[in-house]
Amino acid sequence: MIRVQTEDFHLQTEYEQLQKHGHSGAIVTFVGSVRDFGGEGSFRLDHYPGMTEKVLEKIEQQANQRWDLISTTIIHRVGNLAAGDQIVFVGVSSRHRKNAFAACEYMIDILKTQAPFWKKEGDTWVDAKESDSEAADKWLSHSQP
Amino acid sequence: MTASEKTLSILYFASLGETLRTNSETLAVDNSVISVSDLIALLAQRGENWQLLQDKTTKCAVNQTIASKDQPLSHNDEVAFFPPVTGG
Repeated sequence: MIRVQTEDFHLQTEYEQLQKHGHSGAIVTFVGSVRDFGGEGSFRLDHYPGMTEKVLEKIEQQANQRWDLISTTIIHRVGNLAAGDQIVFVGVSSRHRKNAFAACEYMIDILKTQAPFWKKEGDTWVDAKESDSEAADKWLSHSQP
Repeated sequence: MTASEKTLSILYFASLGETLRTNSETLAVDNSVISVSDLIALLAQRGENWQLLQDKTTKCAVNQTIASKDQPLSHNDEVAFFPPVTGG
């Protein structure tokens, strides 16, 4: 399940959704929040409506092809966000914790380099980070987990 | 539209859209524009800022899927150009 929204999300609610999809042995969740980067303390996150959803759905499909998973969730917020705000949620349920950990890390790593989101702090667009593309390359150079 | 033309919907996102001072346009091109790279070459003739489209870091998507520069373009395609992404 994927969602792109301006509203905040609630970890407990999303956790319970993952639980509903059957008896899993493991649930791993990741929440990304906005760092306190000084300056104005807030930014705007733009995206490409339509393509964003397509990319996130493809990331979910790829994770499900790579690992034996029960359920996955990706939620990404857009619009105005401030330091401390939650920005992204990735959740995975699986029968085994190794699959759940790996799939969760895979989805956030790939999302950071492939999903069409752009941050603007004040008048400045944030540059892409080399460390993000290295994290994604690690997965793309391995054929199987 | 004549038989020799195709109409493209072109989108420019984030810093690229700001530099080009537009986020979208509809453009009719003739049949010499076959691929993404042909479109880039055509747009780059508009002036210095537009040569940003030729920059290696500028990404392109056709119909909302990342495309290579040699991807062919069809009538009514949606073509988007944007800088590297910074989500999460």
